[in-house]
Amino acid sequence: MATVIVVTSGKGGVGKTTTSASFATGLAQRGFRTAVIDFDVGLRNLDLIMGCERRVVYDFVNVINGEANLNQALIRDKRVENLYILPASQTRDKEALTKEGVEKVLNELKQSFEYVVCDSPAGIERGALMALYFADEALVVTNPEVSSVRDSDRILGILASRSRRAEQGDPPVKEHLVLSRYAPERADRGDMLSVEDVLEILGIPLLGVIPESQTVLQSSNAGVPVIMEDGSEAGAAYGDLVDRFLGKTLPHRFITTQKKGFLKRLFSGS
Amino acid sequence: MGLFESLFRTSSSNKSAALAKERLQIIVAHERGSRRGSPDYLPALKKELLEVVRKYVPVDQSQIKVHLDREGGYEILELNITLPDEEQRYGRD
Repeated sequence: MATVIVVTSGKGGVGKTTTSASFATGLAQRGFRTAVIDFDVGLRNLDLIMGCERRVVYDFVNVINGEANLNQALIRDKRVENLYILPASQTRDKEALTKEGVEKVLNELKQSFEYVVCDSPAGIERGALMALYFADEALVVTNPEVSSVRDSDRILGILASRSRRAEQGDPPVKEHLVLSRYAPERADRGDMLSVEDVLEILGIPLLGVIPESQTVLQSSNAGVPVIMEDGSEAGAAYGDLVDRFLGKTLPHRFITTQKKGFLKRLFSGS
Repeated sequence: MGLFESLFRTSSSNKSAALAKERLQIIVAHERGSRRGSPDYLPALKKELLEVVRKYVPVDQSQIKVHLDREGGYEILELNITLPDEEQRYGRD
């Protein structure tokens, strides 16, 4: 049976789409048939981050409304085998996402995929609620910053009360924390919440820490999920995150200050 | 971090993360409390329980306390009814 994973956060701009793109790509790279759905109806962006924006013909809402079938709307990734993208509609609003419609599409995807990744829009409106409603697991993307942590906590509350699993009394949605845009040197200096601080407040298991990295912007410029830049810190961190999700035990990298260079060591006296 | 930076960093300017954590702990606890502390059905549950108890013992609104607690994966519904003294009860025999 396929697993449905929502990538959510409450707050916008924290890295949901970046995480969805890299997470789905990583699962597919490791041989799992994976579909990633953009739930941000009206403001689609996953297609751009995945570099397939010029290949969008039909979208999620078309499939819900029966204007296209799933195979017509799914875009097969050109770089990674086993990876398919279901883009959001740009012309509709989020009211087009009905519970029945979303369920129908997810059920059909679950027939032929092992993982279905739902890229949630920001906020706690209909699009976000629909993205998390059918989830088995959730990646809660959080930045080490007050408003993001607070919004993540609200989303955790919604996962625990308004998901289908909660409504039907099934085992709860499995929660994972993804701490992104982390700058270890700033946390060390005491002007950024540390990994431990965020874990203590949110109280959910840590799946991965993605360091703040210029590569994230560069790869989004190019339409390449950052996980494919495996020489970069952010790419390697996403790779670890996917491996951990699949059950490997790996130490968290990039969460401590890097070794200082000769000059820096000389001047800081350590 | 360079010599310049370490020399001119003041102790008050590098505590902002601690402040953030403290503020978050307070607001998050408060919001969780209002979100999870008292489910919608509690007032109605309290009223109906009181009606059932009143069939047998005269108690009033202030003598019944309903409290819901969450610990780990458990929810504990605590019900506390203070029964009146013996002589105040309905004589049933």
